[in-house]
Amino acid sequence: MNSLRLTLWQVRYTNKAYWRNPAAAFFTFLFPLMFLVIFTALLGHGHIVLSGHRISLSTYYVAAMASFAVISASYVNLGVGVTFQRDSGILKRIGGSPLPGWAYLTARVIHAMLMAVLLVIITAVFGRAFYGAAVPSGKDLIFFVVMLVVGSASFCALGLAVTAPIPNAEAATAIVNATMLPLLFLSGVFIPIGDHAPAWIQWVGRVFPVKHFADGLQAGFVGSAFHWNDVLVVAAWGVAGLLVAARYFSWEPRR
Amino acid sequence: MVDEVVGGATPRDDHEYAVVVRGLTKSYGSVKAVGGVDFHIARGEVFALLGPNGAGKTTTVEILEGFRQRDGGEVSVLGHDPGNPQSKLRDLLGIVLQSTAVDPYLTVEEMIGMFAHFFPHPRPVGEVIELVGLSAERTTRVVKLSGGQQRRLDVAIALAGDPELLFLDEPTTGFDPSARRGAWEVVRNLAALGKTVLLTTHYMDEAQYLADRVAVIASGRIVAEGTPATLGGRDHARPRVRFRLPAGILPPAELVAETDAEGFSAFATEDLTLGLHTLTNWALDNAVVIEGLEIIRPTLEDIYLQLTGGVTARDPDLPVDPVVEGSR
Repeated sequence: MNSLRLTLWQVRYTNKAYWRNPAAAFFTFLFPLMFLVIFTALLGHGHIVLSGHRISLSTYYVAAMASFAVISASYVNLGVGVTFQRDSGILKRIGGSPLPGWAYLTARVIHAMLMAVLLVIITAVFGRAFYGAAVPSGKDLIFFVVMLVVGSASFCALGLAVTAPIPNAEAATAIVNATMLPLLFLSGVFIPIGDHAPAWIQWVGRVFPVKHFADGLQAGFVGSAFHWNDVLVVAAWGVAGLLVAARYFSWEPRR
Repeated sequence: MVDEVVGGATPRDDHEYAVVVRGLTKSYGSVKAVGGVDFHIARGEVFALLGPNGAGKTTTVEILEGFRQRDGGEVSVLGHDPGNPQSKLRDLLGIVLQSTAVDPYLTVEEMIGMFAHFFPHPRPVGEVIELVGLSAERTTRVVKLSGGQQRRLDVAIALAGDPELLFLDEPTTGFDPSARRGAWEVVRNLAALGKTVLLTTHYMDEAQYLADRVAVIASGRIVAEGTPATLGGRDHARPRVRFRLPAGILPPAELVAETDAEGFSAFATEDLTLGLHTLTNWALDNAVVIEGLEIIRPTLEDIYLQLTGGVTARDPDLPVDPVVEGSR
């Protein structure tokens, strides 16, 4: 059996199960769009100056919610979903079958990345249609796609890594959100962080991958200069996540 | 049923056997879970591994399934070493874990089809569904199935790859009696297809009904092995005759009967015909009415409890159970 073919075949089943799970579909799919509507309605008027660049707030939020959508579809979706599958014994069952465990997880990662790309497209189209937001185009699109692919893959790796310390499925949602929500706030995804933000917040943004990723996607939307070091920091976190997952990932329920 | 393979016999050729285990050991830290286990399972045999929780059953089975690495001993499963991750063994195994593991959002058909795809020579999905009796639930989502139906789906998934050897770890725990009967028929069907089955169970009636041979494991060691009828010398155990006589009347002295606090007398006998004849002849001659006459032999459960250090509720010295009920 060709493992690659099996992996791609497995994506179909992941997709079927994904859309039939109301919680997963809601949180990873509708949440970012809902937040986009709420944030632009509340805070999306006027302009903001970031690093000397004048951006319309609606474009800012379209870009920010695209980042949020990618993180939801990859980190949150895998962190919670894979823990549930681990706890229900499905991962162990897969481990007892001829399908290599990594092929099963790769199928989940591929699916999550496809969902992330789809969500970004929907967010961009939605933002363009209803808020007149700028969307990535031309040369910016190349960098944007690189950031998107590296980012969604890295947040998938981190999603797999975070399952390691999660003791059981009940704790999964809490731990995954507790590790991500503060970072989303401190990285300016929900509320823009100006250049005068407290130093520690700026440091959080520099160290963790969320702000680098959000800045990278934002550069694509507003056409500002992009920084390859944003891609590198995000990729480094992804590699770290992969190493942690390879070392500590559990295929069996933690009891 | 397959011809009996005498317990403890040394296999001449390992290829005659689906499973050969010699001197298997496994420890978790300082806890010795399996302390030198030997057994073998012939091809086409239904073999039951019995034992209390923590006896080493699941550890042993999971080593055979390839989930755990052994510390020592020889293990051969269908000619493969399950400790070698490169082997093609998984193409040949069907595994039902102790707890049901199914994806809630797929349908019965999708779930089986998904697993069937992993195997080189799968059994047609429709056939598998029929075998476990889920034809009416073919397109039902797993989340809508009852617990018993989910467990049958679990078995169906294990059958999807048309395995040579099937592991069933406590397959009917939590089933109601009719669901258990249904599951037993499924296992019988598999045995009829010539599959080798390794079953672990807490239920002695299950082992009695399904297994060609049983082994009892306690504290990480096999303490007895045999057919359900002969395990632990069950076939050689002397039957006991139990009865009650009217107040004040003692049974004939030659029977060496003991009388308990409830007024029941009982004696053990090598020769049941003679013992019964002596008792009933004496009763007729003396016009004594015998009440509640029964012949009792140790059940598989009694033997099991003896072997694993458990105690029966009825009689700790010689555990018994009615086989024939006398007049009441």
